[in-house]
Amino acid sequence: MSAIESAGRARVARALRDHEAEIAENWINLQVEQDVLVAGIGEGELRGEADQLVASLRGALADEQLPTARLAGEHAELRRTLADLSLRRARGGATPAAISLAVLALKDVVLEILRRSTRDATELFEAAVVLNRVLDAGGILAFDQYVATREEIISRQSRQLMELSTPVVRLWRHVLAVPLIGTLDTSRTQVVMESLLQSIKDDEAQVAIIDITGVAAVDTSVAHHLMQTVAAVRLMGADCVISGIRPPIAQTIAQLGVDLSAILTRATLADALAAALRITGDAPLPAGVGVGS
Amino acid sequence: MATMPDEPSVRLASRQAPPFAGPPGPVTSRSEHPVRVEEDLMEARHAVRAAALAVDLGLVDQTRVVTAASELVRNAYIHGGGGVLVIEQLSRKGGRGIRLTVSDEGPGIPDLDAALNDGFSTGAGLGHGLGGARRLMHEFDVECPPGGGTTVRVTRWATG
Amino acid sequence: MTGVRRATGVPILRLGDVLVTGLLEELDDRSATAFLDELTERITAEGATGVLIDISRLTIIDSFVARTLSELTTTARLLGTRVIVAGMRPPVAITLVELGLRLDGVETALTAERGMAALGWFRTASSQEVGHGDHAG
Repeated sequence: MSAIESAGRARVARALRDHEAEIAENWINLQVEQDVLVAGIGEGELRGEADQLVASLRGALADEQLPTARLAGEHAELRRTLADLSLRRARGGATPAAISLAVLALKDVVLEILRRSTRDATELFEAAVVLNRVLDAGGILAFDQYVATREEIISRQSRQLMELSTPVVRLWRHVLAVPLIGTLDTSRTQVVMESLLQSIKDDEAQVAIIDITGVAAVDTSVAHHLMQTVAAVRLMGADCVISGIRPPIAQTIAQLGVDLSAILTRATLADALAAALRITGDAPLPAGVGVGS
Repeated sequence: MATMPDEPSVRLASRQAPPFAGPPGPVTSRSEHPVRVEEDLMEARHAVRAAALAVDLGLVDQTRVVTAASELVRNAYIHGGGGVLVIEQLSRKGGRGIRLTVSDEGPGIPDLDAALNDGFSTGAGLGHGLGGARRLMHEFDVECPPGGGTTVRVTRWATG
Repeated sequence: MTGVRRATGVPILRLGDVLVTGLLEELDDRSATAFLDELTERITAEGATGVLIDISRLTIIDSFVARTLSELTTTARLLGTRVIVAGMRPPVAITLVELGLRLDGVETALTAERGMAALGWFRTASSQEVGHGDHAG
């Protein structure tokens, strides 16, 4: 590190130490002014965040091993502080741009303090260079962190949603049901098919009921996906019953000209279960009749 | 039959939405397998299975990829008089994948649309080779240059 | 051609009127064809009324093997014999459907045992679980 850069860092670090409270407060005010804060973060929390950032920035500048431009990414404490800040604000609904701007706003605040404490243009310039290097990288890191967090959350949620929305339930001995909810696209169909077929194998199920009461709409591709699932169930050696075809959907299917004639359909899940039990040979009992044991 | 010199190369590509597409990443491993004799068909399948395992494809995806490979390699063997299979393991943000390129020096495919339609076949099999392979993979690309020969390139990415 | 070809090495057992056989992990085109020929010969030679093919170990069915199974079923039906293919693995079923093959006309069963039952064979010890006592109100 050059002597000039070293001196610049020391100068910024001193300003951060001597005007700790003022910098933190001005930073918060500037963020309010620039409208980059989101609702839901309390005043105390904001203050704590500001103090933490000022302190870790000072700590990082004192670490002579790391070049200024790499402090944000490689100084453990500063990095963590920035990541936490990004995470907290992302949860509050802040945009990635607002999070970056918030970090960058700290530059103006510290520069203002420095301008008050020195008349020497060269000194001020050196300090400004240091500030820019460390906080530009900091702003980018906060932005990256936001994007990474969001991506992780999105992919995890979509996986969970996919699994959650396709529960295969055992209705009776050798009878399984999968209630479908929402929209049925290619990747959903693949997940449904996979878990249904595996359950059929594990349970040695004879009949699988696919209930589409909760399916929003049926178009040609949904009908095609349903047919595919039925075909796969049959290849496994089990029978398939589709239940819950509501009148508008029945109309759509008829208009689409999809031939569902080879597929066993029932209006309700209860009717489908009754049909399934006839297939397995477990005739349903008349209502109100119990079986003595 | 000689082909006209200005006859355009027949080309078709399709793409089913692959999961969470990031930019295509580097090829992490590449191997070549000749398709000359019937035994090579089995060898090719085994090599594809091993590569599918290496990039952590699930059991269903492994089966899809090996089946697609079997169709394409058989096409090259029967219609193309033999050829070569290149297996590439891919890596990108959001997951890994496998790309198969099967090329032969045969007469090419006279009617690509018909060949992709189910039921079409000029040799053994049910005619589900090309169209089937397309449905089993995320990306599909076939090229028949006027000079003859066919190159089919298919890719599948790991899901979830 | 005379004599029984043994190109496949797949054993075909006879249980009464039913021929029972099982395929291994995978099948190359030549073995598939040989298997088809051999099984057809045995059906006529032994006057079998039913054939059970256990495919629970088979890890891949491509269009060639699928066509072989379809042909076998059709041929057998013409000879008055019912063929049941049992134990298809879930990944194989999914891939077949996506490949565009439904194996039309081919009868399937979840397990070899169910297939045998469909062909008229039952286990002596009852395979039916007993009673609905746990559902009693």
